[in-house]
Amino acid sequence: MTLLQARGLVKSYGPTPALRGVDLEVAEGEILAVTGPSGCGKSTLLHCLSGILRPDAGEVLYGGQRLDTRSEADRSRLRRTDFGVLFQFGQLVPELTAAENVALPLLLAGQGRREARAAALTWLERLDVADVADARPGEMSGGQQQRCAAARALVTEPRVLFADEPTGALDALAGERLLACLTRTAHERHTSIVLITHDASVAAYADREITLRDGAVDPTGLGADIAPAPTGGRR
Amino acid sequence: MSTAAHVLLALLAAGPMHGYDLKKAHDQRLPQAKPIAFGQVYGTLGRLERDGLVEKRGQSREGGPDRTEFAITDTGREKLRTWLETIETPAPYISSTLLAKVVVALLVDGAGQARDYLTAQRRAHTARLRELTAVKTDPASSPGDVIAADYAIAHLDADLRWLRTTLERVADLHREVRS
Repeated sequence: MTLLQARGLVKSYGPTPALRGVDLEVAEGEILAVTGPSGCGKSTLLHCLSGILRPDAGEVLYGGQRLDTRSEADRSRLRRTDFGVLFQFGQLVPELTAAENVALPLLLAGQGRREARAAALTWLERLDVADVADARPGEMSGGQQQRCAAARALVTEPRVLFADEPTGALDALAGERLLACLTRTAHERHTSIVLITHDASVAAYADREITLRDGAVDPTGLGADIAPAPTGGRR
Repeated sequence: MSTAAHVLLALLAAGPMHGYDLKKAHDQRLPQAKPIAFGQVYGTLGRLERDGLVEKRGQSREGGPDRTEFAITDTGREKLRTWLETIETPAPYISSTLLAKVVVALLVDGAGQARDYLTAQRRAHTARLRELTAVKTDPASSPGDVIAADYAIAHLDADLRWLRTTLERVADLHREVRS
């Protein structure tokens, strides 16, 4: 079942077009990799899909309902309840322990302290970082920090996780552990993941892959449309 | 001496074995490699014996096939150690079928043909990359499977980067030729 859908998304920053009519669908529990060179519009697409940015044209549908036409407050609420976001750098609060960081979104949503901590510990366990629950970010490795950040993004049990280059700052093995945890979560808990990456070996963890090029989905999916000759190639 | 010969020597370093068990151990240790043929095992053992690197131990023919056991010799151990200590020359010759096909496509039929080939090859490479990644995430995979998959993934990834860059170069070339 399609959970998230974009139709003809267009977005420009002043005169510079970032998205030029992007269509895509993400099914429930599916991991979709969005690949492409830097500057192809990947992050803008993620911001439009997650309701952070409003597209100039086109529409975003979540669960069959328009997302882009909702009020800022409404989209903001949806981002807290239904969406999770994970960036290249985890952005954990340095003064808080791992468990406190992970519990934070639940506390902000009004859950009790004990419940929030229990849920945080469960998610730290799922992401193989239960052993650093009481450590502060400065005392953890980069890989552990990033898995804590993933636990924090998932603790609210979002239906969609947006991950923007989540392994970009990690070494190969730490990246692999994070991706293994994320794919397991997607498949066990039917969380959809939109995985933004420029790395083919990261995209290979996804169920499906689309390639953006110059703000549009590359129809061949593999960058094959690169610059056909203006006078007409042989294809 | 071939890589396979060194692998057989290494397997014998753990203790004497029959040719049949060696074949099984080889395929088990290198699960993603092409299985070694019995003929190659026996041929290699013959050469290793001739060179004094292995020697025959007991022989039994309990109604079955020839069951000669082979053991590594001290010279064999020395040879294995030397091999392990020798650094491989990084990329001594730049040659690969992929490279040859692009060069030939450019020669014979110009940039259009090269581009079609590169596009199709990228698709095949990406599909294989996904298959191997699935091997890595499968809890049933052995450490041998995972290490072999890592090796292949790293090489496919390098190929994919080269294919991408070459596609862009060829597209430039195509534009120049046609304009």
